[in-house]
Amino acid sequence: MTVVGVVGAGIMGAGVAQNLAQSGHAVRLVDISADAVASALERIELNCRMSRMLGGPAVDAGEVLAAITAGTGLDLLADAEVVIENIPEDESLKHELYRRLDAVCQPGCVFVANTSAIPITRIGSWTGRPEQVVGVHFMNPVPMKPAVELIPGHHSSAQALATVRELLASMDKKPIDVNDSCGFISNRVSHVFMNEAAYLVYEGVATAEAVDEVFRSCFGHPMGPLETLDLIGVDTVLQSIEVLHEHFADSKYRPCPLLKQMVDAGLLGRKSGEGFYRHGPDSRGPADRAGRNGHLAAVRSGSEN
Amino acid sequence: MSDTARADLRRFITAKYPAIELTDDQDIFALGFVNSLFAMELVMFVEKTFGTQIPNDELRLDHFRSVNAMVQLVHRLNAPTSQASNA
Repeated sequence: MTVVGVVGAGIMGAGVAQNLAQSGHAVRLVDISADAVASALERIELNCRMSRMLGGPAVDAGEVLAAITAGTGLDLLADAEVVIENIPEDESLKHELYRRLDAVCQPGCVFVANTSAIPITRIGSWTGRPEQVVGVHFMNPVPMKPAVELIPGHHSSAQALATVRELLASMDKKPIDVNDSCGFISNRVSHVFMNEAAYLVYEGVATAEAVDEVFRSCFGHPMGPLETLDLIGVDTVLQSIEVLHEHFADSKYRPCPLLKQMVDAGLLGRKSGEGFYRHGPDSRGPADRAGRNGHLAAVRSGSEN
Repeated sequence: MSDTARADLRRFITAKYPAIELTDDQDIFALGFVNSLFAMELVMFVEKTFGTQIPNDELRLDHFRSVNAMVQLVHRLNAPTSQASNA
């Protein structure tokens, strides 16, 4: 059993905490928002209860929750042997967090960056322990996904990597080794096609449903890129595309203006009830949007017909 | 109760999938685009709307497969309470 800190209690952090707890580890789950912590614990309980219904093993939600100590203060991480960071893809936020983690965590603690795109070597440079910083890109939903990307930073030590490999093995995760580069493999590719899918809608080439239908029916993907975008969150995807664009300084990563407009409009996908699709009965109905002009009205017409 | 439950469930599903013509005995999972995420949303919706926690042994895809199946589930969940109050 390892004492593992999980920082950031969003979808990814909650999934990582659940997976760790199911694997017999003692988890310290921390978020600056008490509401986020409460929601994460609710989500973990529901995920555990639904595990068997969705084709997974039967999971005792009580046992999983008992292995998780949750709170809003980083002092919870004082005895952690490994800390997995899952906060939003904002460099200034992450920089500040790693500075504070360095101060509060024991010297031997290994930091795992579950980042979407930021290079691990850069994250390591924000700490006084770059040899103990390793990147692991978990996939959502974490407990259901069998593999992760494992990314050493330039200074990552063999010992730190061995610690992380051992932890991943205990979680039944197969690590796929990737050299350090912005976006690694998965997000370097997936965010380009999600962004390009948004452009197809923005330019009026196709509806969101048509784009996703091509990926599902022609490519055999379980979900289309715009459904995936709604699931991850329009704001989250935009942040990662902006990181790719800034890092490579290459126009092929230019963010689609529609994504920016949707974020400004609060259309963030599943978590806000509406993105490229409507999610649930509380979102505004078609009549409310009939008078809108421009791309936002056109975007979702496919989901209303 | 059943009419309210039926209407609430129909509204929830058609708000999410406005393109389908939903019948009460239709297998929504067989439509091809309803996935495990929506199954989870259905569970949350039923628990929140009808103010009850679904016992783990009732958490089966078959119980969420159609409007009729969900209405029956809601009835079963409410039955013990009404029996208790009558006792």
